[in-house]
Amino acid sequence: MQLFDKFANIDRRLIYLAVGLVVAIPIVLKIKMPIRISSEVRSAYETIENLPQGSVVLASIDYDATSAPEMTPMFRSFLRQCFRKKLKVIYTGHIAIGLPLAQFDLDMITQECNAVYGEDYINLGYRPGYTAVMIGMGREIRDFFAVDYRGVSVDNFPIMTAVHNYSDIALIVDFAHGQTAEYWIQYVVSRFGPRMFACVTGVMAPSLYPYLQSGQITGIIGGLQGAAEYEILVGQPETAAFGMPAQSMAHILILVFIVFGNIGYFLSRRKR
Amino acid sequence: MKREIPIVITFLTGVLCVVAFFVPHPPLGGLQQRFLIWYAIVAGFTMILGLDSLVKYNIKKIRQRKQGWQYSYVLLFGLVLILVTGFQSWFEYNTPFELRSSFMYTYIHIIVPLQATMFALLAFFISSAAYRAFRARTFEATLLLIAAAIVMLGRVPIGKMIWDKIPVLSDWLLNIPQLAAKRGIQIGVYLGGVVMSLRIILGIERTYLT
Amino acid sequence: MNLLGTWIAAGLTIAILSFLYRDNPFYKFAENLFVGVSAGYWVIYIWAFDVKPMLVDEFFRQAGAEKWILVIPAIFGVMMIMRWFPGAAWISRWPISFTVGIAAGLALTAQVQGYIIPQIQATLLPLVSFGNSASQTIKQSINNIVIFVGVVCVLLFFYFSREHKGTLKVGSKIGVVFLMIGFGASFGYTVMARISLLIGRLTFLLDVFGIR
Repeated sequence: MQLFDKFANIDRRLIYLAVGLVVAIPIVLKIKMPIRISSEVRSAYETIENLPQGSVVLASIDYDATSAPEMTPMFRSFLRQCFRKKLKVIYTGHIAIGLPLAQFDLDMITQECNAVYGEDYINLGYRPGYTAVMIGMGREIRDFFAVDYRGVSVDNFPIMTAVHNYSDIALIVDFAHGQTAEYWIQYVVSRFGPRMFACVTGVMAPSLYPYLQSGQITGIIGGLQGAAEYEILVGQPETAAFGMPAQSMAHILILVFIVFGNIGYFLSRRKR
Repeated sequence: MKREIPIVITFLTGVLCVVAFFVPHPPLGGLQQRFLIWYAIVAGFTMILGLDSLVKYNIKKIRQRKQGWQYSYVLLFGLVLILVTGFQSWFEYNTPFELRSSFMYTYIHIIVPLQATMFALLAFFISSAAYRAFRARTFEATLLLIAAAIVMLGRVPIGKMIWDKIPVLSDWLLNIPQLAAKRGIQIGVYLGGVVMSLRIILGIERTYLT
Repeated sequence: MNLLGTWIAAGLTIAILSFLYRDNPFYKFAENLFVGVSAGYWVIYIWAFDVKPMLVDEFFRQAGAEKWILVIPAIFGVMMIMRWFPGAAWISRWPISFTVGIAAGLALTAQVQGYIIPQIQATLLPLVSFGNSASQTIKQSINNIVIFVGVVCVLLFFYFSREHKGTLKVGSKIGVVFLMIGFGASFGYTVMARISLLIGRLTFLLDVFGIR
């Protein structure tokens, strides 16, 4: 009984230490685990695979450093897939403090894939206003983005020659850590009709399943597991895939803590 | 007039946006587009409103030597550092967002690690909270716990290694009953949202004026 | 410089993590630095991505009436900043009303067209759905029934205009079962999200110290 009382009252700092070790050890040992591909991630992957060469994709960067470990692998895999398919990618964002983070990844992957700025991709930058900007772009993108993120007129770039609004865009991909994915679906997809899939954090993923079932989006890449699955499909497993063993161990540890906590609780209740 | 004119502005802009949804052609569509552009411009000014109270509060804290006043210097230093590097980068590269600029250096080596680590602390807190508070006291709590356990195991590789049906069960849970629950909640939320939007446009809800 | 920056980032990361042991001056330093740089960041961003391209540059790019009409949002912006001055704060109500009115008008149609109608449509599924085989038919039908019953019962749970008695009580109780499953799934995903953030930071620290 005393042992179980101890299990019900472990010092929180020991819990923190256990979590830290259980996450760090698999990373250090570089443990590998097989990753199963879910239907919603495969569907998102195939949405891009089925686009004809030269199609324009709009990527909205709506995350920041608080969710970078989940979103960065998704974004990198997305870029690799788009450039491999010779698609044209337009970047914008609604979370100002996250755009430069994506810019570092953009710089890295565009060098890797030999993509040319202004021909294969363009960074339009950020405008405040969320839904107003989303709806306004449905009429004319240049009303909000007359210049790119460096202040150069977008009409100077070949990629923007034939792009004026959503009817010129084949697919929207939102990288979101908050509700912006839902805003894109409600304000843009429903009103203007472009196709869309969402790359979201684990916190937001459950909210998007209704949209997937209703056909408003074609796929969901959710959380680190989703990022790992996407990396495998694109053929370049990196940080997400290598982080899954640590994720697995941490989940087991938390479940063990929950079980111990409940055993201690019920036994101490019975004692009383 | 201090309250009446704002209510009229809210009504006119709200009605314009609703009518322009059904009649997107000129002149309503063009007028809505113009208002949306103005919205984006004005929204930018809203973002910096908090700066004044932040600076005033910390200067007051330093003057009055309140508890922790020394850290207010750190806060103001951070603010000045970012402003200086931002404008310096602007003059050097014509944009602060050049990857080689001092502004981006500050961003990647100060803002990103601070922001990321603040949220990484949550992993520890959620583990501790799950251990201390997650009790299967009732049938409903047990159900919640079981659903959480299935999803936690099903969405990582180890779930399939334990039993190959766990991921299948997790997928079903997410795609069927969880979907139904979320949809039910969100239909209620958005019905409420529609009512609130109507109340704001019609001037019944005026809390935004205070 | 990059090495210095990496060590600064590592030091700040450890300063924040030190809070796990207890509150301390290093954590407080890092926390206040974070608030200060974040606030300053917004000023740079708003100038670079909003005021300069959409107001200043556009004013000089346009001609005639299109040029001078931009004075209106500029005035609205200045009126918004009047909030800083207690005696003149009431002036900020005009731009606030403008933004609130637009947001409400856009939300009204978007929430109906973007969520309520398509989601109700997606709930009205055939309760007997024929597939290619008997097992597929049973599986699809059960799934459709569960979705339909789930959505209706969750909505019944939130119906507070009548006392939950009789059929309403039964429906409400079934709704609670679905809600608990929904919250459990959300919790599971939230745990995953939080642990992912820790994996990111620990990977960075292990790389800096050459342990990985």
